[in-house]
This record gives sequence, structure tokens and C-alpha cells, in this order.
Amino acid sequence: MASPRPLHDRAVDDLRYIRQTMERAGSFTAVPGWGQVAVGATALAAALLAARQPTRELWLVTWLGEAVVALAIGGWAMVRKAYAGNDPILSGPGRRFWLSFISPMAAGGLLTVVLYRAGLAYALPGTWLLLYGTGFVTGGAFSVRVVPVMGLCFMLVGAAALLGPPAWGNWLLAAGFGGLHVAFGTLIARRYGG
Amino acid sequence: MAKSGAIRKTEAVEHAPRRERIGVRAAELDRLIHERVRLGIVSALAVNDALTFNELKALLKTTDGNLSVHARKLEEAQYVTCSKSFEGRVPKTEYRLTAAGRRALERYLDHMEALIRATRQG
Repeated sequence: MASPRPLHDRAVDDLRYIRQTMERAGSFTAVPGWGQVAVGATALAAALLAARQPTRELWLVTWLGEAVVALAIGGWAMVRKAYAGNDPILSGPGRRFWLSFISPMAAGGLLTVVLYRAGLAYALPGTWLLLYGTGFVTGGAFSVRVVPVMGLCFMLVGAAALLGPPAWGNWLLAAGFGGLHVAFGTLIARRYGG
Repeated sequence: MAKSGAIRKTEAVEHAPRRERIGVRAAELDRLIHERVRLGIVSALAVNDALTFNELKALLKTTDGNLSVHARKLEEAQYVTCSKSFEGRVPKTEYRLTAAGRRALERYLDHMEALIRATRQG
């Protein structure tokens, strides 16, 4: 007959189980890695296209078009990953992630209109990157650890865009929305699956 | 009166031999949440306002029948509450942790930590 497990081992095992269950139950894990890589690729293409535009209006239209494409790709990839992993989007951590993420995005949308009307379009790249990063830092509190770290990196690139020369703006958008999405997307896909 | 009784009991436990102390603490364990699925339900609900039956099932990787039985036991002990509603035409069962359930989990965690401390000191 097998001897009973020592109490100490059982206690350690139970504490580990409680911690893992709480982490799984409290985290939104459907942030899509490969979806972000795809978004990064379209952002790099958008940056090249935007740089060739003769006017500020066409530059803005190019990036707004990219935002729509990125939203469609990212949204589809997230819903797909959430369904595959049985990770609810509209309740629990998924809901908290969205509520935290959407607020800075809405602020970014409003500021885009205000800054453009005020003739401050040069401040748009920094504002977008900073608020997009803020969304991932706040929403990332309900996700895996790499998500808020990614948000912080976006914020740093955004700060560089706001404080640096306006000519850097388009290329910092490429570095952020392109480079960071590809880098962190690959990391998330490899480490957390998909 | 009750308080001094509790203090005497604690003192008695603290001065008991180590093996005996571990025995007392093991005996004090809340058997209701000691079981794995029930411990999982209580732990998951501790970090969420509410979870549906399907969310718990996916999270704990268990079957409908198994989850039902264990959730019912927690409900009977008033550690969780269960509310049934309809989302459109789909029935939805939602669980929430009660204050008693949260206290039970805290006590259980304290017991586990005490067991580990006691065996390390020995």
C-alpha cells in the first residue's frame, strides 16, 4: 500500500494550485500574438505609404485607414483566440481589460480631432503612441505580465515622439505600431500560444 | 469568556509538541474546500465578482456533472450563491463567493501556511 503524502507536500501543492487558479481566473489571456504581428506588418506598410503623401491631410487619412485595418485584424484575432481558449471577452477579466483599454483609446480619438483642428498635427504621433501604450498598461493589469510591459514601451516611444523633432513622428509610429507589435506579438505568440 | 477560552486553546496548541500541533491543525482543516474542484471554485471566485457555470467548467477543466455536484455542496454550505437567469433564450447560471466563503478560503490559506511553517521549524 502506498504511504500517504506528507502534510507539508500537500500544503505546498494546495497553495500552488490556489495561486495558479487565481492567476488563470483573474487574467485575460486572449491578447493575440500573431494578430499583433499582422497589425505590425500593416503599420510598417502604412508608415512607408504615409511618408510619401504630399499633404498633412493625406498623411492623416493614411494612418486613420491603418487604424481601421488594425482594429479589424486585432479584433478578429482576439475574438478567435478567446473562443479557442474559452476565455470570455465580455465578462470577468476580459471585461475589465476592455473597460481599461477603451478609455485611453476614446481620449485619443477626441484629441486627434482637437489637435488637428488646432493645427498641431505634429503632436499626433506622440499622442497616439502614448495613449495606446496607456491602454495596454491599464488593461494589461488584467492580463499576462508582458502586456503592460509592451504598453510601457509604447509610452516611451510616444514620449520620444512628443519631445523629439516633428520629422521623427512618422518613423516613431513605424517603430511603435510596426516594430513593437511585431516584437511583442512574436513573444506573446511563442510564450502564451497564438 | 469565549475570548479567554480561545486564547487558552491557542496557548495549548502553541505549547504542544510539534507532531501534535500539526495534527491539530490538520484536523481543523475545512474539509469542504479541501477537495480540489471545490478549492478551485472558491479560489476562482475570490478574484472575480461572478463566474458562469461554463466559465468555471473551462477554467477548472472538469465535466458538467462534477462541477454541478461540487458547486451544490458549496452552495449548501453557503460559501457560494447561485443565480439562474436567461441571456436571450440561453439559460445562464452564475456563481458568486459569499463573505463566509471568502473567510473559509482565508482560514484555509492560514492553515496551509501554518502547516508549512510548522514542518520547516521542526
